[in-house]
Amino acid sequence: MAVDQELKIELGKQGVFVTTLQELYNWGRRNSVWPMNFGLACCAIEMIATTMARYDLARFGAEVFRPSPRQADMMIISGTVTKKMAPQVVRLYNQMAEPRYVIAMGACAISGGPFKQGYNVLKGIDRYIPVDVHIPGCPPRPEALLEAFITLQKKIDGQSLTGEDRPRFLNSEAPGEFAVPEPGEHDLEPAANKNVWTVPVVIR
Amino acid sequence: MMHSATDMAADPRARATRPEGTLVSDPDDGTELLEVSMGPHHPSTHGVFRMDVALDGEKVARLKPVFGYLHRNHEKLGEGNSYLASMPYTDRLDYICSLTNNWAYALAVEKLAGQEVPERAEYLRVIVGELTRVQNHALSVGFLLQDMGASGTPLMYGFREREKILDLFEALTGSRMMCNYMRFGGCRVDATPEWLDATRKVVAGLPGFADEFEALLCTNEILMARTQGVGILKPDLAVSAGITGPMLRASGVNYDIRKVDHYSIYDRFDFKVPLGDHGDVYDRFMIRLLELRQSIGILEQALKDIPGGPVMDPKAKIRNFRPKPGEAYGRIEAPKGELGFYLISDGGPNPYRYRVRPPSFVNLTVLEDMCLGHNVADVVLILGSVDIVLGEVDR
Amino acid sequence: MKTLEEIKAAIEAAVPGAGVEIVQNPGPAAQHSLRLQPGSAFEVAKFLRDDAELALNFLSNVTGVDWPDKEISEKVKVTRAVTKTVDGVEQTVEETVEETRKRVEPGYLEVVYHLFSMTQKHGPVILRMRTENRSDKVELPSMTPVWRSAEFQEREIFDLYGVVFRGHPDLRRILMWEGFKDHPMRRDYVEPDDYDYEPTAHDAVLAKAKAHQAAQQAAAEKGAAQ
Repeated sequence: MAVDQELKIELGKQGVFVTTLQELYNWGRRNSVWPMNFGLACCAIEMIATTMARYDLARFGAEVFRPSPRQADMMIISGTVTKKMAPQVVRLYNQMAEPRYVIAMGACAISGGPFKQGYNVLKGIDRYIPVDVHIPGCPPRPEALLEAFITLQKKIDGQSLTGEDRPRFLNSEAPGEFAVPEPGEHDLEPAANKNVWTVPVVIR
Repeated sequence: MMHSATDMAADPRARATRPEGTLVSDPDDGTELLEVSMGPHHPSTHGVFRMDVALDGEKVARLKPVFGYLHRNHEKLGEGNSYLASMPYTDRLDYICSLTNNWAYALAVEKLAGQEVPERAEYLRVIVGELTRVQNHALSVGFLLQDMGASGTPLMYGFREREKILDLFEALTGSRMMCNYMRFGGCRVDATPEWLDATRKVVAGLPGFADEFEALLCTNEILMARTQGVGILKPDLAVSAGITGPMLRASGVNYDIRKVDHYSIYDRFDFKVPLGDHGDVYDRFMIRLLELRQSIGILEQALKDIPGGPVMDPKAKIRNFRPKPGEAYGRIEAPKGELGFYLISDGGPNPYRYRVRPPSFVNLTVLEDMCLGHNVADVVLILGSVDIVLGEVDR
Repeated sequence: MKTLEEIKAAIEAAVPGAGVEIVQNPGPAAQHSLRLQPGSAFEVAKFLRDDAELALNFLSNVTGVDWPDKEISEKVKVTRAVTKTVDGVEQTVEETVEETRKRVEPGYLEVVYHLFSMTQKHGPVILRMRTENRSDKVELPSMTPVWRSAEFQEREIFDLYGVVFRGHPDLRRILMWEGFKDHPMRRDYVEPDDYDYEPTAHDAVLAKAKAHQAAQQAAAEKGAAQ
């Protein structure tokens, strides 16, 4: 149920504000995304720098870093996910309450980055959990993290509460928990969660 | 040759045991130790470090560090890469101090290949190295205070200075954090006169920052109550456990590789090595502030004396670099302690063995000894005072 | 500081039958080292630490090195008797032939210790020890009771190379998880094959990605045939 934009602006001039439940709901969610206090590697330092005075993440309503996954809305995978750490990352993600979002920050979180060929390095966290925003860079500058926030806010703003394309947390059939990989004798088992990740087709 | 348990017990440098009279749990009463896993996701662990702690009431009865959550196979990758290709990887060891990592690696390769470094490049190395030390110490004190519950303010002060220094790094090297600046036989790019002027300006502002930081923190009653007498490290144990850097000097052992090895051009500068008396958390915190002041002094001298000339040895080979077979161990005084690189060459383009001697990893050896008998809340402080970076601990 | 020859002589005087050998380093760094015998290494280490003049009380760095079995092919000149027909008469003639012979030099694991002195401010003195082979005889004495700083570094070498340190107080895996079977820093380690998605592969990675795809295809064809 959309409001006629022109009518809305005209009414606004008269001091009357109209909105829809969906817009109000998304406006509220978009401006108070609480990230989890969760640093993995080099990118975590840039993440902390983003929250400090110079870049001031508080302008986007996301400065309240929560140590507990139960109180957080968003997980910033800030750095290399190793195979020893991956089960813990998935477990933490499972412990977060819906609606929850994931930003994969930096080359390592996206694909393994410069450490991709290491025997203990996971080639991208999207093999186990769904990722909303990817930020390239090694490490990404704080401005890039802010851009990722803005992108995530736009994504939240665009979510409709009903219908086929409603987000996962409003769809009772969508998975709520994701399989936690087990450390095996030579590698993680399984090497990827087939429900989340399939080998992408490269078009050249 | 076997050695017995009595061998170890007779040696004062052997592992510490829990102080007498701290045990309250008694299996006969039905009380027992509480096992707590701190980390790998814990806000105080500076990354993904884990401690398996057994608590006796509030007191720590056992503490086993668990590593490897950031084991990125640095050494294995180094064996597969050419010598030059490992340089950007060293940035990511101790990711707060990329330039000193570059320096240690460049120094080791220069020893391996017998290369010389021009004078101006040495000065530039000292300048960026000491700037790195300033921002590391500012940050580590900020994080320590953050761990103590002083949420925000000290850390923000530290980050404010760090941003000024990172701007200089970015202007010189092109990157804020991962500078990849040094090469075997010099530095990658020369500093412009404008950059040196900007650096002089930043350095001129640093004593004011140190004053402000000290006025804010040093005599703070809460800080003193929380840190004095906590996590004491005895000098003989510190030496035996290979502790280096501010942590060793806080225990009163005078060992600074800048003074001992006379590497680079540190002989030319007048600076003192601050030493602690008690070896507690407060001394380690204080040593960092005092070292920060000494670094400012070195920076002032280096920026005054820096000569002209090339920044790369003209004979240095960048492409197709193959050192003669042999091995070399090179080390520097990094902000966290002795950072060493041990390289074995078989004459090929890649090192046969590429080993990093990380200061934070070895400094954690005595974590259990320092924590035993203290409250669990002090564990967070003691770990903060060691000043670890997980990229270097796990590599 | 004493020269390496003097240190060697001092060790042999203090620990009779120590069997210390000087290993030359041909490179420009000229950091030569002492090779210890595993049997007497612990006594030698205690001597190096406690000797007033040497006072090597600071063990800085412990490194594991893997030297796999080396197949050496060398050309050898062999003289042998050959029966030949010369001018219609059968004769036995000595002939020198060049032959290529292959021999396998057995590999070993090596542990290198870098020692310094915090009181005398000298160093490094480098010690090396070798295991007998790379498979079953991989025991070496632990230096942890002499220098605590070896504790985690020796655990790391146990984890990544598989050297078993006798006398170590807590020898467990340190970087990889419990239950991991391999020793990944060994040069013959086979990494897990997760080369299914390599969008920007080149050189070694490209070869591995191609090998992975070929294996996947072969498995798929085998599956289809059944």
